[in-house]
Amino acid sequence: VVEHLERLALVDFGGPEAVARLERAVAVADRLRAVDTDGVQPLESVLEDRCLYLRSDNVVEGNCAEELLRNSHRVVEEYFVAPPGNISLPKLDEQEPFSPS
Amino acid sequence: MLGRTLREVSAALKQGQITPTELCQKCLSLIKKTKFLNAYITVSEDVALKQAEESEERYKKGYVPPYNATVVQKLLDQGALLMGKTNLDEFAMGSGSTDGVFGPVKNPWSYSKQYREKRKQKPHGENEETNWLIAGGSSGGSAAAVSAFTCFAALGSDTGGSTRNPAAHCGVVGLKPSYGLVSRHGLIPLVNSMDVPGILTRCVDDAATVLGVLAGHDCKDSTTVQDPVQSFILPSLTDVSKLCIGIPKEYLVPELSSEVQSLWSKAAKLFESEGAKVIEVSLPHTSYSIVCYLVLCTSEVASNMARFDGLEYGHRCDIKVSTEAMYAATRREGFNDVVRGRILSGNFFILKENYENYFIKAQKVRRLIANDFVNVFNSGVDVLLTPTTLSEAVPYMEFIKEDNRTRSAQGDIFTQAVNMAGLPAVSVPMALSSQGLPVGLQFIGRAFCDQQLLTVAKWFEKQVQFPVIQLQEIMGDCSSVFENDLASVSLKQ
Repeated sequence: VVEHLERLALVDFGGPEAVARLERAVAVADRLRAVDTDGVQPLESVLEDRCLYLRSDNVVEGNCAEELLRNSHRVVEEYFVAPPGNISLPKLDEQEPFSPS
Repeated sequence: MLGRTLREVSAALKQGQITPTELCQKCLSLIKKTKFLNAYITVSEDVALKQAEESEERYKKGYVPPYNATVVQKLLDQGALLMGKTNLDEFAMGSGSTDGVFGPVKNPWSYSKQYREKRKQKPHGENEETNWLIAGGSSGGSAAAVSAFTCFAALGSDTGGSTRNPAAHCGVVGLKPSYGLVSRHGLIPLVNSMDVPGILTRCVDDAATVLGVLAGHDCKDSTTVQDPVQSFILPSLTDVSKLCIGIPKEYLVPELSSEVQSLWSKAAKLFESEGAKVIEVSLPHTSYSIVCYLVLCTSEVASNMARFDGLEYGHRCDIKVSTEAMYAATRREGFNDVVRGRILSGNFFILKENYENYFIKAQKVRRLIANDFVNVFNSGVDVLLTPTTLSEAVPYMEFIKEDNRTRSAQGDIFTQAVNMAGLPAVSVPMALSSQGLPVGLQFIGRAFCDQQLLTVAKWFEKQVQFPVIQLQEIMGDCSSVFENDLASVSLKQ
């Protein structure tokens, strides 16, 4: 499960303390079982009785590519540069030990 | 590097291939070597190096927002002066403002005459620098800024109590508006269904004034309601006999400090003695609120934090192997333990096999919690009165003995259910504890009845006359700050 979560979250546990912390959090969360929720609908938004505002589909702003590109570390002309995709993270035992910087 | 063009070297600086200081030093050393050319009559080495340092700071800052949050823009449009950005717990996760990358926030009351007189142990001893108190969180920087008179109002965020908690600890007013009243456009989302921008001021009237500026539909935030904006000018209540104050019995928990409890009782009696109806009410699912919050908050966080991958903005790790590896490393470096912990917990709760039992279950419990409030308000209660925090502010050294999740659960205990239900709530400072520290109480109102809530809060504020913080010792001669002849100023509406 630990490996699965690390892969999904793209964030690592960084040690056994973090795993222990998760176990404690789950133990706390388990207390929800004691509540009787038969026939209760999940609440997604307190504004569920209202109609969501939809604005008309017209372009009113934008054209700020330069400003947005400015915040990125690696940019080539008008593109954000990313390392190659579609390569899975190595499995736990294949990984090199990470030394915290 | 020195032979490159201006554009090329600028790009290199941006990408971190060379730092401004390194570049400056290269130029300076070459200037020295070519002294025989007699091209320079003055070499401003010190100035150049200082400017290089400043330039480095600017590069380090990384993210410069390309737009203003709606709430910020609204204030600027009304002529407000932006004094700066305040400190907080990283990504608003915490209740002490101790877990941010810029370091912890110190509660101004740590330096107040009122607190120091009560301590007496070592009035000017070495204990002082290490024994300072937390400001509360997560919007502690904003609360401290207002409390120390450095500004007249500050914005925070409130998802579980993050504006009200530090307000109580710093002796200021902390308002959480009704969900849907104030735009969240530009507020980095933590829990989209609970977040609201918070308002911190030194008095209730000021909070109402700011709310008047900020409230209203924003087409950039579709979760803002389209109701016409009401006025937030607060009448001065003189007669509270028609008011019904509810005291939720489940909020009397064993962890509540006896001092806060007695102040809470005193406040209830105050309303009663002035003719208001004060009754005990029940919010049966209160004890599950924190658990519910744990699941919903972490689950939403898992999703909301996914945008921080280092690609379009922010910190980025120099890994070229694969996108996923780069994301993982960037996020490991960029997020602190608290944030990473919540992301991982959240991902656990939304795993396919857990989704129904944890996330959906929590959403159902949320409805029960929200319904508890609806039932109480339907029974004729106008406003609820509860403590804001379990006790007054504690010393930082004490606070860090427990982990963030434990402290958050304790800090949010009275404030968090309000976010579940999307109701308005305000923390008003009531009195000083026996240690000379502020204690605040919380008023909770009906949805979109923010004006009524603040009216009651304003009446209470006038009754209790909370003392002004005395910071003269550390502020030197700032007597002008404390001049109180505003009574003679008439406010033109």
